[in-house]
Amino acid sequence: MKYQVQENCLTIYLPREVDHHNAEEIRREADAVIDRNHIKYIIFDFEKTDFMDSSGIGVIMGRYKTICLIGGEVWAVHANARIKKILTLSGVTKIMQIYEEDAV
Amino acid sequence: MKNTNEMEIRFESRSANEGFARVAVASFLTQLNPTVEEVADVKTAVSEAVTNAIIHGYENEIHKVHIRCRIEDNVFTVEVCDKGKGIENVEEAMQPMFTTKPEQDRSGMGFAFMEAFMDSLEVESEPGKGTKVRMKKAIGKGREIWTTRSL
Repeated sequence: MKYQVQENCLTIYLPREVDHHNAEEIRREADAVIDRNHIKYIIFDFEKTDFMDSSGIGVIMGRYKTICLIGGEVWAVHANARIKKILTLSGVTKIMQIYEEDAV
Repeated sequence: MKNTNEMEIRFESRSANEGFARVAVASFLTQLNPTVEEVADVKTAVSEAVTNAIIHGYENEIHKVHIRCRIEDNVFTVEVCDKGKGIENVEEAMQPMFTTKPEQDRSGMGFAFMEAFMDSLEVESEPGKGTKVRMKKAIGKGREIWTTRSL
């Protein structure tokens, strides 16, 4: 998993496909980083991602459960139309903000 | 005469095969000339069904998952079968957000995604015998109207 930590913010650069197979590794590694660095904000970067199923939703929800206890937030960036549809349909947008690039 | 075609694949219930299953089904689907959106819908639905077979049906033991695809004119049917532990209460399992494995970060959205991305979804399951998920989707709906419109 590719990631970056800036103070209490973790950016996770998601792979091309986020399914059950890849989600396991992301979950394990992200939890280790969150533990070590007192992470409060998590940014999921979908730049390279063109496929995601409900396993990806599980990863987002699980990480949110961890950091919401300390008032943290989860964000999505660079999500294409397909990924946005998956996020919206799952209802995860209730807890996650989607950063819109064209709003800059 | 109806335009029909069929294919079957059988593979081990390893998570690495989820990607293989999606791509195999998607490449069989291409003969119907689907849109990018339709391919993505079918891939997501297949991924959900195969993931269910692996983590719920076989509970991460290695057995065989069986996929059968059928084309009848513009209707694409895909069946995903396992001979795993089956589902006690199918109706309950199909509720959005219902999951038996919340500790594994399962979102409980699998069946909801299959329903959302395909036209129909049928689930046959018997505890101890296994589960069969049958999904259908008409490909190219509305395209005829578009192509026959004069310019």
